[in-house]
Amino acid sequence: MSEQTQEYKPAQRANMKDSFYATKPTGITLFLRTFLPWQIWRFVRINWKMLVIIRRSHKGH
Amino acid sequence: MARVVVLGAGISGHTAAAFLRKWLEKTDEVVVVSPLPDYNWIPSNIWVGVGLMKAEQVVFPLAPVYARHGIVFKQARAVALYPEGSEANAVPFVEIEWTQEGKKGEREQVPYDYLVNATGPKLNFGATEGLGPDKNSLSVCTPGHARETAAVLRELIEQMKRGERKRFVVGTGHGMCTCEGAAFEYVVNLEFELRAHGVRDKAEIVYLSNEYELGDFGMDGVRFRRSGYVTPSNIFTESLYAERGIDWITRAHVKKVEPGRAYYETLGGEDKEISFDMAMLLPPFSGVGLKAYDRKNEDITPRLFAANGFMKVDADYASKPYEQWRAGDWPRYYQSSAYKNLFAAGIAFAPPHAVSRPHLSPRGTPIFAAPPRTGMPSAMIGKTVARSITDMIRGSDRPTHTASMAEMGAACVASAGANAFKGTAASITVFPIVPDYERYPDYGRDLDYTMGEIGLAGHWIKILLHHMFLYKAHLRPGWTLIPE
Repeated sequence: MSEQTQEYKPAQRANMKDSFYATKPTGITLFLRTFLPWQIWRFVRINWKMLVIIRRSHKGH
Repeated sequence: MARVVVLGAGISGHTAAAFLRKWLEKTDEVVVVSPLPDYNWIPSNIWVGVGLMKAEQVVFPLAPVYARHGIVFKQARAVALYPEGSEANAVPFVEIEWTQEGKKGEREQVPYDYLVNATGPKLNFGATEGLGPDKNSLSVCTPGHARETAAVLRELIEQMKRGERKRFVVGTGHGMCTCEGAAFEYVVNLEFELRAHGVRDKAEIVYLSNEYELGDFGMDGVRFRRSGYVTPSNIFTESLYAERGIDWITRAHVKKVEPGRAYYETLGGEDKEISFDMAMLLPPFSGVGLKAYDRKNEDITPRLFAANGFMKVDADYASKPYEQWRAGDWPRYYQSSAYKNLFAAGIAFAPPHAVSRPHLSPRGTPIFAAPPRTGMPSAMIGKTVARSITDMIRGSDRPTHTASMAEMGAACVASAGANAFKGTAASITVFPIVPDYERYPDYGRDLDYTMGEIGLAGHWIKILLHHMFLYKAHLRPGWTLIPE
């Protein structure tokens, strides 16, 4: 089987990789991901959003 | 007095049994049949698989919980359904085979008035040659698999600390896998842990998936409003992988795994191979192989079950082109199309079709993600089926409650690294789970209720969910206040 198949080889140069064409986070985005005051707010906000989804999913059932 | 038998004690079966016990009269009997003695909070197996948790932290024995709540527990596997009973006795029953030490191999006929099939999936490692922990790859599907994976990872980390380079391949082990979310969680947690151990520079990590695009997850991807655009989930997933230095291969059907090497066919029809030092590849799912017989002992399995072994329920299983698939094809009551006292909940029901667009390679190999039915929808279906059965026992002639995946949303938190201050997780909500292009013509979903973001808050929520759902599964005081 190995004679007929192509071996995976990781790209060496940056622009030969798929990741070169991906969107990447800026420094401020990375910072906010673990910035406590912002994340405490997001914790409240995401939980609220999830509760709304759960409530809506149960509605009428 | 009525007797309800629940096959399976996973998220769906356990939820159904708990609510049945709560809502039915004391004189009614709830029986759970499960081949394993423990409950497993499966989402946290990821953390066992990277060595952050012990397997004992994600399981607990079911027997004491059921004994405390008056639920009969039989540690056994279901073998065959007799929905009409037998010629000698017209009462429906399920034949089970005990797996408990001391009774192992013994068979018993358990009669029922209503039966909930919540057996979950068979982990079909056999679909790919050489796939699975007994052969040449690893898994996190069970606590045992995850523990084994963590041990291999620990050994490789030691070798990397001595300067050796290693390649990790994580993803799906077949072109028709589901549960890509688990593979996603494992690969980003693996990357996080390798960084934490100071060996990231010695590791090459490759995500190998049957998804058409990253972030498909068997749901045809998700679209979010973000920064003034409606952006598909592949943008976010690619971004996370690019940021973490994880390479990816999509549209791949793994067809063979040898020690240290996986062979795969691409959607373009090419045959490729990749070497690895460790491969965590998830298996495809199938039904557990339950058989069914009528009163004359004739095999009626095809009437009750689809070809993949999952149970047919009130869905539209007519074969039709992708363009004609509708949200309304998805089941609402989870009642068997053949017998009104039979239900299927969670992964055990047969989906009418995929959610992601199907793709075939030039050789005709299907390579696309199968639809997920795990977590929140599984629990909600279990609860809904319990409510309908309760009402039918009290006199209703039909199921009374619905839980269509095309009418319900889901909240999902996918860990991307576990640490109280530096960890992150992707928090995602979708509504509905199965896109409805008649209600939402542009994207199939309501963008006001569909969102996703990565951050530390998600990790806190993931921790909270771990403890909250284990508390709930123990049926401790106030368990019904915790939503599914």
